[in-house]
Amino acid sequence: MPDESLTSHPAHALTNLLRRGKCSPLQATTAYLDRIQALNPKLQALISVDEERAKNRASALLRADAERLPLYGVPVIVKANICTEGFEANCGSNILSGFHPPYHATVVERLERAGAVVLGMANMDEFAFGSSCETSCKGPTRNPWDLDRIPGGSSGGSAAAIAADLGAAALGSDTGGSIRQPAAMCSVVGLKPTYGRVSRYGLIAFASSLDQIGPLTKDVEDSALFMEVIAGLDSHDSTSADVKVPTYRAALRRPIGGMTVGVPKEYFIGGLDPEVERAMKQALAALKGLGVQFKDVSLPHTEYAVPTYYIAATAEASSNLARFDGVRYGRRVPSGNLQEMFENTRGEGFGAEAKRRIILGTYVLSRGYYDAYYAKALKVRTLIRQDFEKVFETCRAIVTPTAPTPAFRLGEKLDDPLSMYLSDIFTISVNLAGVPALSLPCGFTQAGLPIGMQLIAPAFGEETLFHLGSAYEQATDWHLRKPAAVAS
Amino acid sequence: MAFEESEVRYVAALARLSLTDEEIHRFSTQLKQILSYVDKLNQLKTDDISPTSHGIPMQNVFRKDEVIPSLDVEKALSNAPAREGPFFLVPRVIEDA
Repeated sequence: MPDESLTSHPAHALTNLLRRGKCSPLQATTAYLDRIQALNPKLQALISVDEERAKNRASALLRADAERLPLYGVPVIVKANICTEGFEANCGSNILSGFHPPYHATVVERLERAGAVVLGMANMDEFAFGSSCETSCKGPTRNPWDLDRIPGGSSGGSAAAIAADLGAAALGSDTGGSIRQPAAMCSVVGLKPTYGRVSRYGLIAFASSLDQIGPLTKDVEDSALFMEVIAGLDSHDSTSADVKVPTYRAALRRPIGGMTVGVPKEYFIGGLDPEVERAMKQALAALKGLGVQFKDVSLPHTEYAVPTYYIAATAEASSNLARFDGVRYGRRVPSGNLQEMFENTRGEGFGAEAKRRIILGTYVLSRGYYDAYYAKALKVRTLIRQDFEKVFETCRAIVTPTAPTPAFRLGEKLDDPLSMYLSDIFTISVNLAGVPALSLPCGFTQAGLPIGMQLIAPAFGEETLFHLGSAYEQATDWHLRKPAAVAS
Repeated sequence: MAFEESEVRYVAALARLSLTDEEIHRFSTQLKQILSYVDKLNQLKTDDISPTSHGIPMQNVFRKDEVIPSLDVEKALSNAPAREGPFFLVPRVIEDA
């Protein structure tokens, strides 16, 4: 069978082919590695690849019991902030250049135990600070649908890689939209799980009260499949939830007639790109055709989400980034004394956005400003969380656009941090409230740029997202389209 | 809200972060703009609202006080910029008497 036919499959279809002996895990891995070699120089989606390790892992699978491995032979890509032994997990930052984690993150451990083969590490905004994947010390990733545009961020490398078939699926992390916004801009499926649903052991922390790891996949079924593998309690992460992991795939391909879904008015006003609005109207009509009942709802504190987030998240980031001081890992700038070594290592190692967030975060936590900013933001966070709780009293889920615009041009917002922050306006509230949300492809602009729809459910309601998302996906074919710019 | 260059310098010192004069100037301008935007939160009355520090209610988790295997010293030191024996090496902190 020609190799391209291997790389276009979603993971669940590929692993079935492998199980039936239609091809070997080594053939599948090699097909992906060949595609990476051909296309990654254009896209810069991956910042490190280990061909030998991947091929050895794939070959070793021949001796494994394929039936017992849910991801048997599936080639995957991991965001460069998730520790993967044997790879450089540099977080897109000079300060961690050369950092080779001495252990696997729990999610990587679980993927490999399930039969997946890690191909490489995905590019990202430095320390996941950004919405465009341009702040990486390795240079920007390009959007496979238009190479002059950004792929979204911060998990832009993961999203671009899956859109261009450089891996069967990828892991990303989402603190304010970093899985969902690039998923929307690259036309893949991205899930931000409930806070605590997936272990974060081995995830290099950005904002610990918001971060979650989740899958970026070619369809909703893969999202459910990957969650069955990576979700669940982990004794290494005290914030991981002791809540049973359902068989998520049981939620797929079931009728959705009669399900009540909320449409929040605050997400359909000013600033929304007209083509995004048109695609959303069509998506809502398609869901209505499947029997969904829509309800007009309000999330009245939506306009306060971005300012709340940029206080809470930068405060936590400034504290988490204190560990990068040149003592235990990463770069060190040799200096005469310890204090200068800290200052020079950090001054040379961090990029502009990381420095900006450290300054802002340290400021809002400093004496005299703590109450006015940080304490205030935590109170507003309560109001935002309560908005969702109120809507979920009468609705099973909420539907919104994932991002207010399609992918913007490289460099367009790089020197305007506030405008960059506002591109996360529809995804940030979800992290503040701790609830899960799924972005899935729902159309294209006339210029051929992808548009994403976001489905939001109550805490631990991932099944509802898969139920609803799979029904929409069965009725549409947006997720099957492939970018012409990287067609071979 | 003001975010003068002197404040950027003060906060950078707290954060052990050296910045160039150009960075100090640029951050002062950009952070002024960001702070005036986040001042929007003052439109909300929050006196009777309790804070949320995690999206999902959480409580402290205890485990049994048992010795379990952990990262071995060689692995833990494998990324060290400088080491001596089983230790991370840093510039001298205490001067000779």
